[in-house]
Amino acid sequence: MSELQKRQIQLEVLRYNPETDTAPRYQTYSVPCLEEWVVLDALNYIKDHLDPTLSYRWSCHMAVCGSCGMMVNGEPKLACKAFIHEYKEGQIKVEPIANFPIERDLVTSVEDFITKLASVKPYLIPKEDKPVSAGEFKQTPAELKKFKQYTLCINCMLCYAACPQYALVPEFLGPAAISMAHRYNQDSRDGGRDQRQEVIASDEGVWECSFVGACSEVCPKHVDPAGALQQVKVASTIDWYKEHLMPWMKK
Amino acid sequence: MNSKPYVREVSKTTWFLSHPRYKRYMAREVTCIFIFAYTFLLIVALARLSQGEEAFNAFVQALRSPLGVLFNVAALIAAVYHSMSWFDVTPQAMPIQMGEEFVAGNIIVNAHYGAWAVVSLIILFWGM
Amino acid sequence: MEIIKTDVAIIGAGGAGLRAAIALAEADPKLRIALISKVYPMRSHTCAAEGGAAGVIKSDDSLDLHFNDTVGGGDWLSDQDAVEYFINEAPKELTQLEHWGCPWSREPDGSVAVRPFGGMKIKRTWFAADKSGFHILHTLFQTSLKYPSIQRFDEYYATDLLVDDGRCQGLTALEIRSGEMKQFQAGAVIIAAGGGGKMFPFTTNGNIKTGDGMALAYRAGTPLKDMEFVQYHPTGLPNNGILLTEGCRGEGGILLNKDGRRYLQDYGMGPETPVGQPVLKTMELGPRDRLSQAFWGEQQKGNTVKTPWGDCVLLDMRHLGEKKIDERLPLVRDLCISYLGKDPVKEPIPIRPVVHYMMGGIHTDIQAATRLPGLFAAGECACVSINGANRLGSNSLTELLVFGRRAALSAIAHLQSHQVPSSDAALAAKAKASQNRIQALFDKSNGTESIAGLRQEMMDTMEANVGIYRTGEGLAAACEKIAELRQRYANIALTDKTHVYNTDLMQALELGSMLDCAEAVTVGARDRKESRGAHQRLDFTARDDENLLKHSLAHYHPTEPPRIEYLDVVITKSKPGVRDYSGAKK
Repeated sequence: MSELQKRQIQLEVLRYNPETDTAPRYQTYSVPCLEEWVVLDALNYIKDHLDPTLSYRWSCHMAVCGSCGMMVNGEPKLACKAFIHEYKEGQIKVEPIANFPIERDLVTSVEDFITKLASVKPYLIPKEDKPVSAGEFKQTPAELKKFKQYTLCINCMLCYAACPQYALVPEFLGPAAISMAHRYNQDSRDGGRDQRQEVIASDEGVWECSFVGACSEVCPKHVDPAGALQQVKVASTIDWYKEHLMPWMKK
Repeated sequence: MNSKPYVREVSKTTWFLSHPRYKRYMAREVTCIFIFAYTFLLIVALARLSQGEEAFNAFVQALRSPLGVLFNVAALIAAVYHSMSWFDVTPQAMPIQMGEEFVAGNIIVNAHYGAWAVVSLIILFWGM
Repeated sequence: MEIIKTDVAIIGAGGAGLRAAIALAEADPKLRIALISKVYPMRSHTCAAEGGAAGVIKSDDSLDLHFNDTVGGGDWLSDQDAVEYFINEAPKELTQLEHWGCPWSREPDGSVAVRPFGGMKIKRTWFAADKSGFHILHTLFQTSLKYPSIQRFDEYYATDLLVDDGRCQGLTALEIRSGEMKQFQAGAVIIAAGGGGKMFPFTTNGNIKTGDGMALAYRAGTPLKDMEFVQYHPTGLPNNGILLTEGCRGEGGILLNKDGRRYLQDYGMGPETPVGQPVLKTMELGPRDRLSQAFWGEQQKGNTVKTPWGDCVLLDMRHLGEKKIDERLPLVRDLCISYLGKDPVKEPIPIRPVVHYMMGGIHTDIQAATRLPGLFAAGECACVSINGANRLGSNSLTELLVFGRRAALSAIAHLQSHQVPSSDAALAAKAKASQNRIQALFDKSNGTESIAGLRQEMMDTMEANVGIYRTGEGLAAACEKIAELRQRYANIALTDKTHVYNTDLMQALELGSMLDCAEAVTVGARDRKESRGAHQRLDFTARDDENLLKHSLAHYHPTEPPRIEYLDVVITKSKPGVRDYSGAKK
């Protein structure tokens, strides 16, 4: 095998420190990068060798903890999965994830997302009571597959950064939260859909979505939140018709 | 509290210029205008029809003008684009699970195109 | 300084911390629970565990078999009463998780599926494809949202435990967002803050795994146990240490040297088993310590493949086929393609052993209680010990659950008699001292040592001397070097003196934790003059049951190396024997 290729990359990084800055500014760092590196490696190089004051979140370096969502050349990306070799020009602009307030440098406030996620009751509300001593709920591989994809969300919030609807209407529940509600609604063990519906089908819920589809394009885990939201709309529409046109169908 | 989060403003009017995917979305949405306009045209046609043969013929004549043809072609292109953009996303909105596996997306999309072709042919032959 | 009063404070919101919080909330909805973590719960490193969680559920399995595998796998350093408790509780905890919605992989009849794992004689590892830890963590986090009594303090970094009147009564923590110090008053404290693999340069561990929880307890005067036992996972990606789960081998992947030979047969794990038909507890399904040691052997013989990232062996999964790989190991495939540019469906993957897990940790008893009243610990940061000298893959995810819950129950029992703080003034004074310690870092203007520089020296020392095989000479040098680094640490300089999200400060504090833990590791390793499990000495190659069938306990000293005390291992029904992973007798 050949030696690893090295290349000098100019990283233009958004800086903002609330104690010293009134508005964000950009700072450019010249970083000797290995071609196999990701943008996160370059940031770590800066932190260790060029500027210890740069702040950003990261942990797993394998695209599963969801900490390092950022805008890389304007695109929502996990910094640990944005490969240097994909940026041929040698110029990379790194900014905090869009649509969230900047706390400091590349760190944003994520409280809004956490609150929204919690509001959809993202936990199993069992259809039937069963003590643990009676063993597991049965679930066939087909029933599992029905919702499995939506369990893969790592809460990285790239979908919120890509969603223009969330940018324009901050009250919107957003892609990941609604997808997670859909995940539980689709679970054969769950009976909590009615409880979630109040939040999901509200004005700030699924009907804010105009199916731009950007969320699914940027999702690093191929969760396809856009698909989930359209399915929620279809199901909610059917609910409405049942309620208004066929009241006798109601339980 | 030292924290003073900085909120980046998003332009309410030009946001969609920031990324090609938003422009594509706007293009899809803009095609609605033609569909709306064509619907309006059909209502005008009905109104003319109710006003008698002469009025309706004049209307049909107007449609044959270069401007009328141009509008019809534009509306057709817009409608086709709009329909295609929706057909392409139907597997996401209406996934079909058969046994364990989901039906492949292209089968669902192609089924829509197939149905579209069949309906178009029926209308074409029924109309002739 | 703001004072937050709570009944139980939990430090760490990964698998063990969340499980403890839920157990507390379920036991008594009136309990005030403070769940304190330096990261948002779903960022915790539990999310990176891939393979699965062990628990006896199938009819061909038995608790005794799981017991024997675990105790033998741990080279008889496990406390057998603890192992027995663990194994009994394991199936209940895993079923509980199923009831909370964990998307375990299934058999066609809808029951939970199990897969083979290294060192286990029977298939008993519950799995959710190859994202088991991720699903466990998210299931627990999302379930925790049900309970209003669990108050989260996300992105708070615990700096010191508050000990007064001989018991732990709370802690101080920095709110990272503001840089403000808070005092938590608590009747009981549970540490569930994970391991410290980041003291090594090449590790599967995330950036947050810096031994903070271990160091907190250690500095508060309660000992760390068996710290010299550091597990190397045999299959890591060679360029960045990303983990490829043992499930790769459980599903049938094989290990080859540069000549295409399944070299494990040359290290007492033969004879060769048919490709694609893995046999439990032999060859590729041997335990992690043996497999990592075999790699070292191949390296000595010159049988490894040379790559730009150093010596490697090959993990070949091609015979599994695309369908099985996509169904059972989708993350592994994605990681190999993304980070190494190699598709396991089409080519063998170069891999090498990588630091993965610390068997050692805060010394606790079977109740998850430390020697400091009011302080409990669970998860990787704790050492009960069920893992002994070498943990079997898929026991640690179960351990989080079993001992997370256990710590919660013990904390509740402790609260019965210790709900009221001994003295507000005494606690306030200790909190102030903690604040002053941090402030001193800001005030100091003559610091000369760089944080990244010291960290690099620590990592280099650990890598060079405290690896898969160790020598007395190397360990002595490592002890000396780490002691020197701890001294130099007093001279570190903060570049960033602002308060909001000061990650320079975080890194300084984390480095302090790692150095303290690293010293416990190196001194413990130097003094253990035998080879057992993951601790292999080239100068003491045999296991010494006569003198060292004992846990080591490292006691903290602020300026000197730790004092090492030894403690008998609890043996109930399995006398130390020979670890036999050859397939001959099967």
